Amino acid sequence: MGGLLVVGGSYAAVNIVIGAREAGYDGRIRLLSAEPHLPYQRPPLSKAYLQGKDDEAMLAIRAEAFFRQQQVELMLGRAAVQIDRDEGCVRLEDGSVLAYDRLALAIGARARRLPVPGADMQGVLSLRSLDDARLLRDQLAEAERVVVIGGGFVGLEAAASAIQLGKQVTVLESQDRLLARALGVPLAEFLAAAHQRRGVALDFGAQVAALEGDLGRVRAVRTADGRRFAADLVVVGIGSIPNTELAQAAGIACRDGILVDHFTQTDDPAVFAAGDCARHPGRTGERLRLESVQNAAEQGRVAGANMAGRQFAYEAVPWFWSDQYDLKLQMAGLAAGADRTVRRGEPAEDRFSLFHYRNDRLIAVESVNRPAEHMLARKLLAADLHPPPALVADPSADLRVLLAEIAAVTAASPRR
Amino acid sequence: MIRVTYLQPDGRADTLDLSEGGSVMQGAVMRALPGIRAECGGGCACATCHVYVDEDWLSRVPPADLMESEMLEGVAAERRPGSRLSCQIVLSPSLDGLVVHLPECQ
Repeated sequence: MGGLLVVGGSYAAVNIVIGAREAGYDGRIRLLSAEPHLPYQRPPLSKAYLQGKDDEAMLAIRAEAFFRQQQVELMLGRAAVQIDRDEGCVRLEDGSVLAYDRLALAIGARARRLPVPGADMQGVLSLRSLDDARLLRDQLAEAERVVVIGGGFVGLEAAASAIQLGKQVTVLESQDRLLARALGVPLAEFLAAAHQRRGVALDFGAQVAALEGDLGRVRAVRTADGRRFAADLVVVGIGSIPNTELAQAAGIACRDGILVDHFTQTDDPAVFAAGDCARHPGRTGERLRLESVQNAAEQGRVAGANMAGRQFAYEAVPWFWSDQYDLKLQMAGLAAGADRTVRRGEPAEDRFSLFHYRNDRLIAVESVNRPAEHMLARKLLAADLHPPPALVADPSADLRVLLAEIAAVTAASPRR
Repeated sequence: MIRVTYLQPDGRADTLDLSEGGSVMQGAVMRALPGIRAECGGGCACATCHVYVDEDWLSRVPPADLMESEMLEGVAAERRPGSRLSCQIVLSPSLDGLVVHLPECQ
């Protein structure tokens, strides 16, 4: 019997294993990862690890002992090259063949490459994997002028880390604001000011035309309007591309992600997908591909349980976070499409939350250094509760009054 | 080495010898103890490494900061006076012998 074969090396893969064992699956489980490392956490790579605060041993999601204990066969540093669905097996780069009863793809996404001349020079790095982070950490130590291309989370966290290491940092963003896909306008503007105040130069509407260098090493970034930004190191953070090729070649339906249903199943009932590589029907039915620890972990756990024969629907509230300087950003729900925003707290004090509504329904809460409100927001969204904007806007109101309502809703529903 | 005992709700006890400078969460995760999920990996962002510090140790563990204290409002199990996020308890020689209780859920 082939048992469960899990392909991947981060949160989704580990949580698939956990979910399957928690659901009582006692058959064979193999975890196959193209990377040679134990499955590891990616968020610290752009934060504590890059600043030299975390060492690599601290990055593992679970110790090797855990996999032994759970009787999971780890197959690290071995890449899958083909899924043969008729035979029910996966072929590896080294020619070996692994049979499966059920297959999980938790193969993530890769950094989008900068499509301009010079992007392959030394000193042009993206940040996605531990190997990327090692290289960046080493090169950052030598660099003085750092240009970050892309004002998304990875780019901004790298910028924050670099400026705290005493580098001169410029962020080039092609749009007219930071984090256009992930955050609402007010938080993006707050964040821009926070970076500028700490010395990061931000340049909006910057279209990178070419990277220039000598002897194969980058020296500058040139923009379409002819400006030149000198750089010893260029960090490219312009989004990601889901790793769908393996699934696509096997005829599994993909569209900017491996398509899965509420049960994390692909259009092949023996094949599941979870994490950054998967596009799933969100709570409201729109197809979402999320790149976050929460999504990878919770979707992975659901996938694992369902591979073990359960029928759990994945409908968790998305949440994610970012640490930049002494700012803890925590987002619950997705702010896109909001038609009304109510603020609690003071941006000037670096402590506030933005409650986003659409048609009088709470859709997201973005918090800066207000963890209690973030945690409350996760519960409100999960319980489908919509506190009146007037209550939220009242600084003297204690929002904990809402907890009783949440408890009532939670008690009434069998799950969650 | 700093000795930490983790007590599960079902009575199971695990005593680990851990290195100074790590966290109570890391000790549990690295040695594969049940009961701590630590989804965010120690970022004080997820509240899934909740523990109850044993009463005898409450006064000896440095108190939670504001961020942690607010996160504790959102833990899945009941919040009690000894509630802490174990990723924020850094192991130092003064914590040798520490006892923590795991909650029913994370």
